[in-house]
Amino acid sequence: MATLHTVNKSPFQNQTLLSCLQHTKSGDAVLMFEDGVYGAASGNALSDAVAGFDAGVKLYVLGSDLAARGIDAGKLADSITAIDYGGFVDLVASHDRTQNWL
Amino acid sequence: MSETVKKFLYVNRKAPYGTIYAQESLEVVLIGAAFDQDVSMAFLDDGVFQLTKGQDTKDAGLKNFSPTFRALGDYEVTKLYVEQESLDERGLTLDDLQDIQYEDEDDDYAEKSSIIVVSRSGMADVMADQDVVLSF
Amino acid sequence: MKFGIVVSEGPYTHQASDSAYNFIKAALAKGHEVARVFFYHDGVNVGTRLSIPPQDDRHIQKQWTALAKDHNLDLVICIAAAQRRGLLDQNEADRQGKDANNIAEGFRISGLGQLIEMGIQCDRTITFGD
Repeated sequence: MATLHTVNKSPFQNQTLLSCLQHTKSGDAVLMFEDGVYGAASGNALSDAVAGFDAGVKLYVLGSDLAARGIDAGKLADSITAIDYGGFVDLVASHDRTQNWL
Repeated sequence: MSETVKKFLYVNRKAPYGTIYAQESLEVVLIGAAFDQDVSMAFLDDGVFQLTKGQDTKDAGLKNFSPTFRALGDYEVTKLYVEQESLDERGLTLDDLQDIQYEDEDDDYAEKSSIIVVSRSGMADVMADQDVVLSF
Repeated sequence: MKFGIVVSEGPYTHQASDSAYNFIKAALAKGHEVARVFFYHDGVNVGTRLSIPPQDDRHIQKQWTALAKDHNLDLVICIAAAQRRGLLDQNEADRQGKDANNIAEGFRISGLGQLIEMGIQCDRTITFGD
């Protein structure tokens, strides 16, 4: 009974991504999209807290929103997987519910 | 109305008045109550500010919708989960929140509190136990 | 699988309606059903037919109208949110004594019950908002 969580806020703007991570359960997935993709980059003050979050939770980022913001997909932390909208749809379908962290 | 009963969770993470989300969330909850689903509300992060007592919007020129929370019991919305850590971080205790009650028809209409304080991990359990999660 | 979509932010100001549009196109391409799209909060503004974006930008309302036509989508604008923000169909304009309507082709105005019904009937409900 796993959940797909989506986050669309930069973690530098507010606590939404961190709050989301703290409410995940093992087996869940978190997708960062829109301004949420800023949480997926490596080498910043929050990278360890996000990419290092290891509680059996898979981390994804929407590639088209990364590209729109000029973030090099090669700059992603190793634990984060870039997907396209088809991958987003698959995540929604393969989890029991979607919780959108607005 | 519908034979399917699903577990609906309305997630409130925003403070009232600065934006309309809290107010329009309540409107959804009130309409949704007519559908006889298994309804819960979650208040975490800034959402806990929605439940504080003493809200007076007169001088700000805004509609005060906080009394509506006390009417939720009449709509059989009786599970308001409030996160302890979110209260603590904001310097709030249960005493700072409105007294929101419902009459338990299975217990001789005894008045009971609708507010259920849960830990952060308890809130995660509540969220993981739903069919439909609507966030505001 | 049957999807229900909520759009709760207005066009151009927020990316939400663009993301919802892209998501729906991808879901349909994979053979899923999109049973309804419910526009709430400022999301109702997606449905005005009076929007005139610059020619070098996307026309969000026209994208939605075309998508609805191609795939027979049910685009529902919440009446309570719409009335607050000045969106009316002809029926409401007549009823409220207003001199104009502004709902685009492919959208219809209805109540919040349509949102709950969508949640009950769909396998997954996804919200695009702020």
